[in-house]
Amino acid sequence: MSEDPKTTYEPRIIAFLCKWCSSAGSDLAGVSRIQYPANATPITVPCSGSVSPQYILTAFRKGADGVLVSGCHLGDCHYLEGNYLARRKLFLVKELLEFIGLEPERFRMSWVSAAEGAKFAQVITDFVADLRPLGPQDKLQGQRP
Amino acid sequence: MSGKRIGVFVCHCGNNIAGTVDVAQVASVMAAEDGVVCTSDHAYMCSDPGQNAVIAAIKENALDGVVVSCCSPNLHERTFRENAKAAGLNAFDCEIANIREQCAWVHRDPGEATEKAIRISRVAVRRLGRNRALDAIAIGVTRRVLVVGAGIAGIQASLDLAAAGLEVVLVERQATIGGRMMGLSETFPTLDCSQCVLSPRMVEVARHPRITLMVSSEVEKVSGYVGNFQVRIRRQAAYVDPDLCKLCDDCAQVCPVVAPNEYELGLSARRAIFMPYPQAIPATYTLDAASCLGLNPVVCGKCRDVCEAGAIAYDRKPETVVEQVGAVVVATGFDLYGQQQLGEYGLGAIEDVLDGLQFERLCSASGPTKGKILRPSDHRAPKDVVFIQCVGSRDPARHCAWCSKICCMYTAKHAKLFKHQVPDGRAYVFYIDIRSGGKGYEEFVQGVMEEDEVMYLRGRVSRVYQDGDKVRVFGTDTLSGQNVEIAADLVVLALAMQPSAGTAAIAKTLKISRDKDGFLAEAHPKLRPVESVTAGVFLAGTAQGPKDIPETVAQASAAAAKAIGLLSQPQLSHAPTVAAVRSRLCTGCRMCVDTCPYDAIRLVNGKAVVTDVLCEGCGSCVTSCLRAAIQVKNSTPLQMKEMIEAVLRV
Repeated sequence: MSEDPKTTYEPRIIAFLCKWCSSAGSDLAGVSRIQYPANATPITVPCSGSVSPQYILTAFRKGADGVLVSGCHLGDCHYLEGNYLARRKLFLVKELLEFIGLEPERFRMSWVSAAEGAKFAQVITDFVADLRPLGPQDKLQGQRP
Repeated sequence: MSGKRIGVFVCHCGNNIAGTVDVAQVASVMAAEDGVVCTSDHAYMCSDPGQNAVIAAIKENALDGVVVSCCSPNLHERTFRENAKAAGLNAFDCEIANIREQCAWVHRDPGEATEKAIRISRVAVRRLGRNRALDAIAIGVTRRVLVVGAGIAGIQASLDLAAAGLEVVLVERQATIGGRMMGLSETFPTLDCSQCVLSPRMVEVARHPRITLMVSSEVEKVSGYVGNFQVRIRRQAAYVDPDLCKLCDDCAQVCPVVAPNEYELGLSARRAIFMPYPQAIPATYTLDAASCLGLNPVVCGKCRDVCEAGAIAYDRKPETVVEQVGAVVVATGFDLYGQQQLGEYGLGAIEDVLDGLQFERLCSASGPTKGKILRPSDHRAPKDVVFIQCVGSRDPARHCAWCSKICCMYTAKHAKLFKHQVPDGRAYVFYIDIRSGGKGYEEFVQGVMEEDEVMYLRGRVSRVYQDGDKVRVFGTDTLSGQNVEIAADLVVLALAMQPSAGTAAIAKTLKISRDKDGFLAEAHPKLRPVESVTAGVFLAGTAQGPKDIPETVAQASAAAAKAIGLLSQPQLSHAPTVAAVRSRLCTGCRMCVDTCPYDAIRLVNGKAVVTDVLCEGCGSCVTSCLRAAIQVKNSTPLQMKEMIEAVLRV
């Protein structure tokens, strides 16, 4: 019996983490030694509001199976309102992904504060688990924007 | 890609990284990375030999930039950037790859962790590849400090700051300064009178020429940035003019209102016009509009009629003041854990069940009983008193997970004060553990157990209920394994310490974070214990976590010292990673102008222009621009693209 690629593949995730909350939250997960899957590679950004929809599409085009954008809780943005801007923009990204035929579940937003190490680990764990049944992402890979 | 000559230095961090990540493998894979001309690994990159090795490699290989794969940039980015500068590079010629907190510490499988460490290091190399050399932007400094909260922490910080020649604006929400310490009787372990220690410092604050004291005031809005904050403060209407009030008490004599005295924690009554404490600073009567019969229209007016000094006016309005400061010290203190959550102990329902702060008032010479320990129900001296520790503390399932730290000591003190007043009385203490770390603390508790013959029972109390004129306490002594039942005259609960009610609001106003328990979060638990993550905002006292008076004073002085250090610089530096406009592409559509939360962008001759000192580099403008005409320096879309590619390269 051949192995089902959906169960054996390791999803490759790009995690855009805001420098102030979610990146600090991931640091706290580390300091607390909370274990989570190694599938997500963090890229620190100044603010979730600085994540352009283009970065997300680039990630999918380059073969990411999932993209996470994680920022401060609404109302707690270090830059006052960047995460509200992020939410507005990135909601549309989800719609766009669906429109162009990609599972919108491959893109996720979360709000993780600097005090929520356990939550950060949980967000990654859940995302990896939810991406597995979708299998590798090949719809956008290699497509020109 | 970028033509830079880059070195990658991988840290073992002892076994912290090397225990999971194959450090040598990371170094050898990174050696094949485009632009990387040398790699090495070291047991402790941040040590003196480690840093020197980086400098030597920069010179030997004529490096344009270095990536250090080590711990979080929050810890050592600055260390390694300074080190790079020492070798003649720019600060932005150094990038950190966080392979400890974000990798080695959170993954067990060495293969997966090593792969991820390589990806993280690649991202840093690509970021570095397109970094431009930038120098910090110099900005002016306002040599004034805002201190929020005038308890012992705020008072100590203010006096230290003022002594260093800085101007201080001290804001207190209540009508008098002094905070919680003002309500205490004696302090452990020396039994110094709390007010005798505190009052002179309060007077000093009031008289100090460089301290502007604002009571009955709250911080409404803070804008600006380190070195140059604008603070909007709202002061409640001062119906009694403190400069005219002669403290004669004529007004209180005629006031028909009787209300619970919040400064006596409800143990006595006050009038609508009253003096919070005899030692209140500013020394003046205060009119509580909420309990007054009516000010608009004036319903009663007796106090104004009787005031010979003419200090009372009913038509005063709240005012808003804007102050310019360079730094902020937050010292907003604690509250006791809410009694509504603790029904099983009868607090609030049974008259003779008190919290620790109420018992302090009973012991205090200026308190409602003039220092005599009398129980509230019948004003008799209690003979059997039960003290219960850890009420709400150390109970993660139902209440607070943390240890409130001071309760073991103040409960021992309470028992001692009681035994001194009622030598034939019996005092019982229910405890989980005794935590008496501190100078002279252990000896104090031992003295209470042995010399004062206070009965310590190790166990929890299950139930407290009224039984005639007694309060019956059911508990367990887990050392003897027996159930205990005590018919007590008075029960005192050592309630958990929690952040004061305004902590969440002030944290939001100042853009500083709180920890999982709601206390203000320090920037680093070990190395930056009095700084918040926001530059120029410092923390002092119990708002940051439970602590006793000596620790609070030490932290307040530390916060003051940090603020003094900051403001003694001739100029401050502003991060140069600000937005920059490519004028050629800008169409003057104003989208970025409207998006910027700091009003840092304006149109000049139809093109967007960024005011560098106002820009915080958040990047909101970048994603609003349809023509990609604006980008944040050293976080450009090109860098993002190359970093994404680096992660996903097969």
